[in-house]
Amino acid sequence: MLTANELACERGERLLFKNLGFELGHGEALLVRGGNGHGKTSLLRILCGLSVPAAGVVRWRGDSISRAHEQYGREMAYIGHANGIKDDLTPIENLRIAAALDGRVLDDATATAALEQVGLSRCVDLPARVLSFGQRRRVALAGLMTAGALLWILDEPLTGLDANGVAMVEQLIRNHVVAGGLAIMTTHQPLALNGLTPKILSVGD
Amino acid sequence: MLKFLFTVIRRDVLLAARRRGDWLTAQFFFVMVVSMFPLGVGPEPGMLRTIGPGVVWVAALLASLLSLERLFADDYRDGTLEQMLLSPYPTTLLTLGKAIAHWIINGIPLLLIAPLLGVQFNLPAEALWILVLSLAIGTPILSLLGSIGAALTLGLRGGGALVTLLIMPLYVPALIFGAGAVEGVLSGTGSEAHLSLLGAFLMMSLLLAPWVSAMALKVSVE
Repeated sequence: MLTANELACERGERLLFKNLGFELGHGEALLVRGGNGHGKTSLLRILCGLSVPAAGVVRWRGDSISRAHEQYGREMAYIGHANGIKDDLTPIENLRIAAALDGRVLDDATATAALEQVGLSRCVDLPARVLSFGQRRRVALAGLMTAGALLWILDEPLTGLDANGVAMVEQLIRNHVVAGGLAIMTTHQPLALNGLTPKILSVGD
Repeated sequence: MLKFLFTVIRRDVLLAARRRGDWLTAQFFFVMVVSMFPLGVGPEPGMLRTIGPGVVWVAALLASLLSLERLFADDYRDGTLEQMLLSPYPTTLLTLGKAIAHWIINGIPLLLIAPLLGVQFNLPAEALWILVLSLAIGTPILSLLGSIGAALTLGLRGGGALVTLLIMPLYVPALIFGAGAVEGVLSGTGSEAHLSLLGAFLMMSLLLAPWVSAMALKVSVE
């Protein structure tokens, strides 16, 4: 499904990594490891198509992701360091607009159900501005659930979440992968996927 | 595809409606700048009538620059811009939508206030009508070209000043033909030629600006 060949990334004059490659199929997860500043985030941004690699190519279903932009955009969901949440909108408006921008229709019931599932049922009508950092992260995760994407690319999904939140994300990723989805993530925290062993990719060593 | 365009526009208008303070700043700035001139130059009708069209147009340029800085910057900061870039639709539609939304939010109010401000400069009714018409054709140009500057300077420190330096020279034709149309009416030479050239300039920016802006955006976000 997703293959990466001989990827290299440069930041300024520095080479962060080179000759990086992997293959990921249905029901597989990939955990990207590496210290701070070794290029984990850069790798994820290349994989989702926001950055262009210095060398190498990323393919989705056999086509390079820049060629398959439309299809890849539909089947991939990305959560970066920033949550992608508008402070002036309520969580439910955020989800609906994100869905509309992806060309999906999201009804209120589904959106509310997703927000309830991430533990935000009390905050549905509040502007995101008044939510805590962890709660905004949860809104982003609710967006991920409603996106219905096949491939999840998650950059530090556990940051700012409490113990319940971490367990929830672990469960979310596990269910997604068991159901045949693909997941790529980075994290510095231990990740318990309950019987599921992700592939490991080390960056920048 | 058209639905995506409408969603982008609706989203920005909704966000502007939630932050009316930011929106009003640019409108008040326009009113204040234009109103300062009769006070500063003195109440001589002939003089005011000569400088009127130019002053209103320059103030419109400055007011649009004031709000352009944040065209992409807010979305960049909270990560929503990344999400929009990753959507399955072409980035050109995104930049076009953002420019149209900018015009609806900041351009249309200028059109409505401009005739009132024109009265301060002793402009006759016919000239006021042409002033509004020239602004109606001209302000979308400001939003479209401005989106290029906003995309180029995204994520840079001191981006606001840089937008001004980059975009002001591109605004010059719009300023000349826009203010020229009103002056044409005042001097009796007619305004059709100026308005036609302004219209041609609008078509050209509509064709090129979203595309250039999309390229700039991709480079800036990387």
